[in-house]
Amino acid sequence: MSLRTRLTRIWEFLIEKAILLAGLACVLFVVLIFVFLLREGLRTFSHISLGDFLLGRKWYPISSPPRFGILSMICGSGMVTLGAALLGVPLGLASAIYISEVAPPRLKEVLKTGIELLAAIPSVVIGFVGITVVVPFLRVAFDLPTGQTALAGAILLSLMAMPTTVSIAEDAISSVPRRYREAALALGATHWEYIYRVALKAAAPGIVAAVMLGIGRVIGETMAVMMVTGNAALIPHSLLQPVRTMTATIAAEMGETVKGSDHYAALFAIGIVLFAITFLINFVADSFLHRSRVTLR
Amino acid sequence: MTDLATTPDHIQVADLAVSYGRHPALGPLSLTVRRNEILSIIGPANAGKSTFLRTLNRMIDLTPHVQASGQVLLEGEDVLQMRDVAALRRRVGIVFALPLALPLSIFDNVAYGPRHHGLVPRKEMPGLVEQCLRQAFLWDEVKDRLKEPALNLSGGQQQRLCIARTLAVRPEVLLFDEPCSGLDPVSTAMVEETMQELKSDYTLVLVTNLTAQAARVSDRTAFFLSGELVELDDTAKIFTAPSDQRTEDYIRGRFG
Amino acid sequence: MTSVTKQKIAFTILGGITVLVALPVLLIVGVIVKHGLGAISWEFLSTAPSDGMREGGIFPAIVGTCCLVVTAVVVAVPLGVFAAIFLNEYAGDNWLTRLVRLAIINLAGVPSVVYGLFGLGLFVVVLKFGASILAGGLTLALMNLPVIVTASKEALDAVPQTFREVSLSLGVSKWKTIRHLVLPNAIPGILTGIILEVSRAAGETAPILFTAAAFYLPGLPQSIFSQVMALPSHLYAISTQVPNISLETRYGTALVLLALVFIVNSFAIFLRARLRAKRRW
Repeated sequence: MSLRTRLTRIWEFLIEKAILLAGLACVLFVVLIFVFLLREGLRTFSHISLGDFLLGRKWYPISSPPRFGILSMICGSGMVTLGAALLGVPLGLASAIYISEVAPPRLKEVLKTGIELLAAIPSVVIGFVGITVVVPFLRVAFDLPTGQTALAGAILLSLMAMPTTVSIAEDAISSVPRRYREAALALGATHWEYIYRVALKAAAPGIVAAVMLGIGRVIGETMAVMMVTGNAALIPHSLLQPVRTMTATIAAEMGETVKGSDHYAALFAIGIVLFAITFLINFVADSFLHRSRVTLR
Repeated sequence: MTDLATTPDHIQVADLAVSYGRHPALGPLSLTVRRNEILSIIGPANAGKSTFLRTLNRMIDLTPHVQASGQVLLEGEDVLQMRDVAALRRRVGIVFALPLALPLSIFDNVAYGPRHHGLVPRKEMPGLVEQCLRQAFLWDEVKDRLKEPALNLSGGQQQRLCIARTLAVRPEVLLFDEPCSGLDPVSTAMVEETMQELKSDYTLVLVTNLTAQAARVSDRTAFFLSGELVELDDTAKIFTAPSDQRTEDYIRGRFG
Repeated sequence: MTSVTKQKIAFTILGGITVLVALPVLLIVGVIVKHGLGAISWEFLSTAPSDGMREGGIFPAIVGTCCLVVTAVVVAVPLGVFAAIFLNEYAGDNWLTRLVRLAIINLAGVPSVVYGLFGLGLFVVVLKFGASILAGGLTLALMNLPVIVTASKEALDAVPQTFREVSLSLGVSKWKTIRHLVLPNAIPGILTGIILEVSRAAGETAPILFTAAAFYLPGLPQSIFSQVMALPSHLYAISTQVPNISLETRYGTALVLLALVFIVNSFAIFLRARLRAKRRW
């Protein structure tokens, strides 16, 4: 074997090991993220029980003694997410149906590009437009002391979830096999009857995944929400009250804590809760996506 | 080792069995391929013809969960045990069923293999490319447009380009996996003529679903059925006086 | 009501909703351009903020964002493309592959602020990079890894399997096949993924808030261990933390950020359209 071939062999061996390592690195990062959150966050539970943390109503991180209850934030995140889902899911699904089934080809391309551009707008810019346009509007429209409310957050978030929901749902509806359509139309169904009797049912797993991934995006969203929801750590009773989400709490307070303090650890503990929620959502959504691919093959 | 080159057997297959996962696909079967002959393999679908062919240069490795047992001796060396599969595939080239030109120019398609093996210096590449295109009877049709994308060629031309590309790595055995299944009769005739010409320099194994093609080009013919080798004999004998009833049924059926 | 009338009504409603969904994009862009255009001047783009951010420009923030994006790309691209090659070309159908796939799905779903926490914990505190370009860039790189892996994997997957078979059948090794045949055919798709990563990395705020971003720095960064200002965090700061800043300055900053992201994105859209038009297999 010549020197050249031998060097090539060694080079290829090294490259292939590097490729394997890159794959393993992705696993490592997830593990690292989890380990770091646990390492910093678990200390919280040495002085407060998990139940008191999750269900405590008071968040006074810097008074003495400090209180670390995040129920108001869980409710805040929950309310904003619910509001965004109520607004965004029907609108998003309707657009997905229109884009995949009804729109003429050229309009379809324009709409898809528009949705893509919406996805590209940084969340801080959406938050900025939220403060300058949406918040004042809500204050006047509902005659509120402040427009910084859960509703403002829900409106912005429904917008931000739109690209994810629409594109995945559109994909699912478009990939319903042709023969279903042909069979339905041959039996005398109108195009619309085909859509809601056949296509939506066949694409159901993909649509569920689209909604879940949209919600996953909403729960984790930080900047826009932080800028428009008022950030009051109170348990909200309506969409027209200020709320504070888990993500906003971390982003707003992390800059001011002493590293290694109980407050610092508590913010990491919130991170663990967020990580767990989004992990679960994405995992389930992916299994739905997988199922939709299998059934539509 | 000394008298290997003088024995007539180029490839000796002994007790070869191949399975995909738990599904047996082939064998166990034994046969030999002689030097400078064209051996045809005929049989209905799912007879294991392609599996057999792809075992000879270990292309079956690309199929997941595949297992092969037994021996496939190429010049006395067991193909199934070889660790350097790339070197094996340079010795045993394959031409696929569909003409698969790479998205490169005509020249680069032929030069693709030798270039990556560093087979000839850069200066000599045009000569090698010309030689291989001539061997595949394609040179006259493409000599003025070697820089054009190979995908512009017709199906028959692409298939001959694939033969030239396989020849360019200087193999000793050529495997043809239903090479004419996508071609019109004229192109088929040209490919068959090419095979006849190549016989003097190479050993050829041809899998075909055109029974008449086997009768036209091959020296010996093997009949496969459900993964089993039913019969292997001189082509003339197989087509006139097969010793197995199943062979006769198949050939009769095909000829009507 | 006949089923044809029903269909007409349904399609009209669907179309109306779609317009309703598409409208905000135009509104956001319109509002920002309308109010922000007046602020844009050479001085605004090329000088540092002054007078407690009320005067001057946003130059250090533009430079900072570029530094962060470059760092993120340099780290994430090789890693992401290699991981995609692993998943698409090497990985068999086994538990390891499923684990890597699961990891990437999960990485894609982790909220941006949690990446910020992780970056703070690992890069800033444990590895002692401090709040710096390096720490922020690495955090952004990790966050955008899934984008690159997914886009690259799709691009590799679109290259027909037969090309690989032909190359391997000629005795060309697996890596050379990937390097000289598969990758060149997948490059436009991979580039699209990289460009999308650039635009996302440029706009992210939460991950750099406590790993890289400074509230105010008059000078430019000296090394990758310098703290920097960045466009998104600057916009956040001047629109919520600092009172009495003219609306025009805020809109101007938002416009620059938006323009940057859109320019990069349109490049990706253009590239993809060309790729689709050119592809012949």
